[in-house]
Amino acid sequence: MSFLRLTGVQKHFPGGVVAVEGFDLEAVRGEFVSFLGPSGCGKTTTLRMIAGFEKPTAGTIVVDGKDLTYTSPNQRNVGMVFQSYALFPNMTVAGNIGFGLKVRKQSKAAIDRRVGELLELIHLEGRGDRFPYQLSGGQQQRVALARALAIEPQVLLLDEPLSALDAKIRIVLRKEIRAIQRQLGITTVYVTHDQEEALSLSDRVVVMSEGHIEQIGTPSEIYNFPSTAFVASFVGTLNLVNARVIDAGAGRLSIEGQEVRTTKAVTDAGADGRVTLAVRPEGISLGEGGEGSNRLRGTVDDINFLGSIVRIRLRLGEGTSGEPPAVVALDTFNEPHLRLPAVGEQATISFPTEACFVLGAARDGALASAEAGAEV
Amino acid sequence: MRLTRLWWWIVFIVGFLYFFLPLLGTFEFSLGHPIGPVRATPTLDYYASVVGSTAFWSSLGYSFIIGVITIVVSIGLIMPTAFWVRLRIPRARPFVEFVTLLPFVIPPIVLVFGLISTYSHPPFPFTYTDIGSTALLVAAYVVLSFPYMYRAVDTGLQAIDIRSLTEAAQSMGAGWTRILLQVILPNVRVALLSGAFLTLAIVIGEFTIATFLARPAFGPYLSLLGQTKAYEPAAVSIISFGLTWLAMILIAYIGRGSRTRVAVTGAR
Repeated sequence: MSFLRLTGVQKHFPGGVVAVEGFDLEAVRGEFVSFLGPSGCGKTTTLRMIAGFEKPTAGTIVVDGKDLTYTSPNQRNVGMVFQSYALFPNMTVAGNIGFGLKVRKQSKAAIDRRVGELLELIHLEGRGDRFPYQLSGGQQQRVALARALAIEPQVLLLDEPLSALDAKIRIVLRKEIRAIQRQLGITTVYVTHDQEEALSLSDRVVVMSEGHIEQIGTPSEIYNFPSTAFVASFVGTLNLVNARVIDAGAGRLSIEGQEVRTTKAVTDAGADGRVTLAVRPEGISLGEGGEGSNRLRGTVDDINFLGSIVRIRLRLGEGTSGEPPAVVALDTFNEPHLRLPAVGEQATISFPTEACFVLGAARDGALASAEAGAEV
Repeated sequence: MRLTRLWWWIVFIVGFLYFFLPLLGTFEFSLGHPIGPVRATPTLDYYASVVGSTAFWSSLGYSFIIGVITIVVSIGLIMPTAFWVRLRIPRARPFVEFVTLLPFVIPPIVLVFGLISTYSHPPFPFTYTDIGSTALLVAAYVVLSFPYMYRAVDTGLQAIDIRSLTEAAQSMGAGWTRILLQVILPNVRVALLSGAFLTLAIVIGEFTIATFLARPAFGPYLSLLGQTKAYEPAAVSIISFGLTWLAMILIAYIGRGSRTRVAVTGAR
């Protein structure tokens, strides 16, 4: 049974700006859900509606069977962690953590006990008397997390909590947040534009674009089986190439005159019989590949060393009817004895039929190619 | 480089003289004008006379109490207004700023005549009683304090992330009163103190409104003293100056501890 339920949630700002449209989500108790999307996609607005800082234009927000849609923020039992930490500068760490308990008129002994527990949980024992400015960014965010947890909220909301921190601390804190969330079993909604964060932390990811949900799924589903072109291009890197349908039922396509197969029948080709085909760079290998693999031959356009991986770009043809040539990138591990073709050489690449999927009718050829270039 | 340094010194010396020469003159005069043509012996008698005067202390005490009440009312009015404008209706800020600037445009004499003509007869016979007149005086001073208090509070609020702090407090169950008193107010303490001391300085020295409302304030006392005594007004001026400096030092002292705390709300 769902613990947090958003039904038909909508938010329109004055001036006709549609921030969120038709948002439906059900999360079970203890689930970790991330809202992932680019800036302005409505993820923070949705989070703020759950917190009660924004009133939905339409729809309902229910937590544990109780309709909170129009309940004021201080009447909901929802903890929130902000990107800017929002620690009270005039209060000590202990004062910050104990603030919510003080509001709830708990005894001093109970507050002290809970603050001690939480300081231990966030590994800041003995620092209760420090002021926020005496702590590092990571420590401040830990305190903000403890403060939000102190009131034992029904739902924990985190609004890009790690984006102000440097990369190393981000990874450490990410793990800590997940460990604490699992330990306490608290239903959590996490807003981020960082796909790695969303994929590594969440039970489920909600990918959003322009105010609506593009896809809801587990990190694996989102990455491996994106349901829209947006999800496919936003999550991970992706090759997008236009292909001509040869046999829709059998999933047979042609890229620059070379045949490839997909595992599913093609149902959404455009009027011109073309579709956009997507393949992850890491799904492609150099060489002929195994039995039944898709094979494409082309000219090596560029080779980039990216540390542990090498990205090779292959031009599949010369382009047709005014369209630029299809370009496909593949990633391979950078091994010491790796033999790579030279730029300008002919090479064959291969990928299993299940590594590629059709993302609907082909968009403008120039756009598709440019996007492929940009994405990979 | 040397030329710039020379100019800097010239500007500094001119500024110093402009500011301190009149003060030195007043101080010299308050000692009985010892380096004047009469060459009197320097004396602190006039200070003793002022400090020993009941009228001095009662008028100063009255103005001080009125000042404190004005500060409390002004903070009570301005603080929630500035907070709400910044938080919820930022588009109203230019309008509120304009309103708070009106005391600079409307002279105190106009203000006090307006107050007297409105509140000196039924249904608002404030001037019929002492307490009514004092209430009018406080109301007028609150209006006079608007530009200083609003700017001070607004600048203080600008320095902190009030939206996040408010929302953080709300998410922990705090209501508006608690948010204002325990979260916002302590973090704009220095700004409030600046506004408070400016207000106090205005109230202590104000003459026009207090005179027309017939209040026993420090301004009218100072004026009366100037009409009847020669050296004492100079002594009173020096004492007032000393008190103002004391207030400034107090601001600096109280503000020193909290500035660093207030400054940090985001990533380091």
